[in-house]
Amino acid sequence: MKANAEAIVIGGGIIGNSAAYYLAKRGLSVIVLEGSDHIGNGGSSRNGGGVRQSGRDVRELPLVMYGIKNIWPGLSEELETDCEYHQDGNLRLGKNEKHKEILTKLADNSRKCGLDVRMIDGEEVRRINPFLSDEVTCASWCPTDGHANPLTTTLGYYKMARRRGVRFMSGERVTELRCVKGRVRKVICESGDVFEGENILVAAGYESRAILGTVGVDIPMTRSLLECLVTEAEPHMFDQMLGTAEADFYGHQTKHGSFVFGGSSGYEGCNKDNGTPVSNAKTAPCICRGIMRYFPVLSNAKIVRTWAGWSDKCADGVAVIGAIDEVSGLYTSCAMSGHGFGIGPAAGDQLAQLIATGSTDVDLSPLRYDRFKAKI
Amino acid sequence: MNSVNDRLRDIGPFVPGADDDMLICRCEEITKGEIRQAVHDGMWTVTEIRRYLRAGMGLCQGQTCSRLVKGIVARELGVSPAELEPATSRVPMRPIEMHVFANEAREVDHHES
Repeated sequence: MKANAEAIVIGGGIIGNSAAYYLAKRGLSVIVLEGSDHIGNGGSSRNGGGVRQSGRDVRELPLVMYGIKNIWPGLSEELETDCEYHQDGNLRLGKNEKHKEILTKLADNSRKCGLDVRMIDGEEVRRINPFLSDEVTCASWCPTDGHANPLTTTLGYYKMARRRGVRFMSGERVTELRCVKGRVRKVICESGDVFEGENILVAAGYESRAILGTVGVDIPMTRSLLECLVTEAEPHMFDQMLGTAEADFYGHQTKHGSFVFGGSSGYEGCNKDNGTPVSNAKTAPCICRGIMRYFPVLSNAKIVRTWAGWSDKCADGVAVIGAIDEVSGLYTSCAMSGHGFGIGPAAGDQLAQLIATGSTDVDLSPLRYDRFKAKI
Repeated sequence: MNSVNDRLRDIGPFVPGADDDMLICRCEEITKGEIRQAVHDGMWTVTEIRRYLRAGMGLCQGQTCSRLVKGIVARELGVSPAELEPATSRVPMRPIEMHVFANEAREVDHHES
């Protein structure tokens, strides 16, 4: 099969789908190529749902703040899909002096960028969330952070992009990009299908590295496993997004009532990689042990499932977003480093603006692909 | 499976059915009509239906309704149910309390006992 479009998006995750939606809204013809059988099958469906500014690197902060101000509040209406967006704050919890030090430093850095994050003591923490145990002695509090449903948000963008005429191909694995007359033009697929586009956006998570490599661009990233567990529906308890200084768990209660909690076992650097993300036997029980110390009240909550996913982790822990200067017509958003969901709508919106008009409202230059220098 | 699937393929319009109110996923209370409508919104795989509607994401994790969901999606797409893959089954097999699950993989305790 052969097909042409003004923009070809590689990757059907939150960034690919939102970019496709905003490009179509600006009147461009768009084709989205998703390598797996399902739309939104990578990190976009496998994350904790945080829509968070606190704790972000200063280079990413302007884009996240832009999304939280301009996109997230009206997104459910725009997508005719319940994105379950809650802006009820983020508590990052601490239990001792060392934690307090870590959290105070993070809060100070965020405040320097104009974000309202402050330190609060154990009593104030329990006024915000009365279910937390006495072990919690401090927290950083960012009232404008929140969470949303990654599954419905990603598929909501897909639904509306499709409704605007965007052509989606699933099971279409891209193997190579090819330039024609000095400009990226052709997208070659494993199936033999060839697509041609005036602009090509690579937003394929970790797989972006190999795809961009075919035109000589290398972005330093690895993939790392992320694991979560989900409880049965519980009566409504709280609406904040939670994290900890110790990084033993993070998560929130969903609209449905279930809790989605993520965490780690300590073996993330050397997990087995058999080609598909699989939950480790050690991790979910370890997350349970972590949670129960903060929320003894949840010790009888039943776990109904666990799941795992890969995040594309950049060498410096910050996303790569923007145009690739030496390959004209080529754009990317990858190496999202576990921050891709909350930042996704803003990234899609700004990339669509960049492709359609050549400029952006948010300065993307700190996120450039060529910022990586050798140590000497 | 991983076969190319052009989501622009015309599957015809959504036609309301007399039994659209029938509950298919009892845990999450999802009806046949909601599933059929979701197919017309582009959710063409059992996994996408699950993520979009929560059908099969409740207490039984789809052990009751997954075959029914698959049949409805296949019929709406005009393909055989055999062409659709089931959603991934996930650990644990039965719901298990956090304080019980927490005892898994505590090697230190095993050696002590």
